[in-house]
Amino acid sequence: MSTTTATTAPGATEPALETALRPDRKKHSRHLYNLVGLVSFVVMAFPVYWLVISALRPNHEIRSYDQTLWPSSLTLDNFSRAIDAPNFGTAIQSSLIICVTAVVGAMILSTVAAFAIGRFRFAGRKVFMIILLLVQLLPPTTMLIPLYIQLNDLGAINEYWGVIIIYLVSTLPFATWMIRGFVVNIPKELEEAAMVDGCSRMGAFWRVIFPLLAPGLAAASIFSLINAWNEYLLAYIVLQDNDKYTLNVWLMNFTTDRGTDYGALMAASTLIAIPVVAFFMLVQKKMAAGLTSGAVKG
Amino acid sequence: MSAADIKTAGPEVPAPRPPAGDGPAPSAPRRSRWTNGPLLPYLLIAPAAVALAAVFLWPLIKTVIMSFQDVGRRELWTGQAAEWVGLEQFTNILGEGEFYDVLWRTVLFMVVCVVTTMAIGLFLAHSMQRMTKAVRLLLTGALIAAWSLPLLVATSIFRWFADSDYGVANMVLTEYLGLDFQGHNWFLDPKQGFVVIGAVVVWGAVPFVAVTLYAALTQVPAELEEAAELDGAGRVGVFRYVTWPVIKPVFQMVATLSVIWDFNVFGQVFLMRGNKPEPEYNLLGLYSYEKAFESNSFSQGAAIALITVLLLSGVAVYYLRQLIKIGDVE
Repeated sequence: MSTTTATTAPGATEPALETALRPDRKKHSRHLYNLVGLVSFVVMAFPVYWLVISALRPNHEIRSYDQTLWPSSLTLDNFSRAIDAPNFGTAIQSSLIICVTAVVGAMILSTVAAFAIGRFRFAGRKVFMIILLLVQLLPPTTMLIPLYIQLNDLGAINEYWGVIIIYLVSTLPFATWMIRGFVVNIPKELEEAAMVDGCSRMGAFWRVIFPLLAPGLAAASIFSLINAWNEYLLAYIVLQDNDKYTLNVWLMNFTTDRGTDYGALMAASTLIAIPVVAFFMLVQKKMAAGLTSGAVKG
Repeated sequence: MSAADIKTAGPEVPAPRPPAGDGPAPSAPRRSRWTNGPLLPYLLIAPAAVALAAVFLWPLIKTVIMSFQDVGRRELWTGQAAEWVGLEQFTNILGEGEFYDVLWRTVLFMVVCVVTTMAIGLFLAHSMQRMTKAVRLLLTGALIAAWSLPLLVATSIFRWFADSDYGVANMVLTEYLGLDFQGHNWFLDPKQGFVVIGAVVVWGAVPFVAVTLYAALTQVPAELEEAAELDGAGRVGVFRYVTWPVIKPVFQMVATLSVIWDFNVFGQVFLMRGNKPEPEYNLLGLYSYEKAFESNSFSQGAAIALITVLLLSGVAVYYLRQLIKIGDVE
């Protein structure tokens, strides 16, 4: 991989050059950079550590004027308090219904659109691609007011489908862009062979290309899922019944005017974050691959 | 175009299949003009285009229309036609001193966050190239974990850090650095409050910048850097004349994205201040939200949102030009 060659090549392949370049300084600076790496690791990881450790701490330690960096004992109390909080079950249900529907819809629309811009040359293609990039730059809070009014006019306030449509469309540009990267990587000859064998253009797409797109679709759908799973502002405004809250809106229950139950909040946050972190780790390599490979070939 | 159209657009997608009669017969030359003709690509992008128009374009148009009207709670709930007021909303907002306070605060906050994020991100990416593989993997793991943590969760953690009685920040400052931060409330003074908010913004944004710039740095040919070093260029010289030209386009693109994101910071402030930010904590997005949903003047909210879009559109055009230059759009 290019990452490793760039860092190890000078020393490994050209020892003469290495010695010529004052090895003491190089070695010295490597230690320095390792130190930078470790310090940055601690700074970047500390909030995650604090999240998990606070979730596992007994309440008397959380509400203590003497905070310690290490917990004296671990408990699952905070988790049971979080799970027993009202509407935890319905919040999971709402989140799942909304996210899964939005992602499935987004995948259908964006796969079809990605196939069009990845395989065909047609007038307006470039414009469409530029629009895909540009709409991602619109400030989401700008859209909030007109979208709220529009949803209100359509009777979608406090309904799942209003939130679903907005999530579906807001992940559409990125998903289309990403899937397109995978489409252009599939050799055209495969389709042409299928068409010679009598498939129609779309037949070739569904039978030949679509199965090959599976990894790209998986990456794009997980990315869309994470986006929808993390959104809260629109859900907060549109969904008004306690039993329709998504997990993120439900999380706000732990903060009341009388104070915040940080133990339960951290436990609940951990529960919500675990699937996101896990999925993100799974797709981040693929995501980068899809984005960059498609960018070069077009 | 209403949002309802998107719903009906969905199921249409599988429609462009060959008609049953066409079949997979190898010799069938007769093909529908929909499935093979020049109209096919348009048919394929139609659902996505309609959906995008309904959720992005139409609200943008609606924002423009609303900003010239007076839409309040009454118009919203009764469906009564809103009154046209011309430029009144804009003159009202631009005439208020508060708007300039908010604007200035937003720009300052954005600049500080972007500069800090980009500096740390570049420094980390540069260092990552030079550290041992094990350390780099460790750091990458932490970066990805920080990157993937939901904003809401990250904000809750930082709020808990800064808690006046039970926060770890005060404890560390008091016990390990010998300062008097016992029971210190970080949010009493908005300047300090914004330090906490800026910390969560920068902490959340550094991973993206560092990982992207690291990828760009690996594209710099090592031989060129070596050669420049042999020719007597110092570290700064090597970076300035060899490394920088290669990573510049990526750096500019990431910086532009950061400007756009940090100009639109909303959730971090909103959540940090318990869903009811004080006026001293207003940034443009919050100001617009407050006018619309708290003061029930949707038109004023829309006007502020429109001003924000106009302020950002210059940056957006710049971003687009970068993308085209890099070759993303061929």
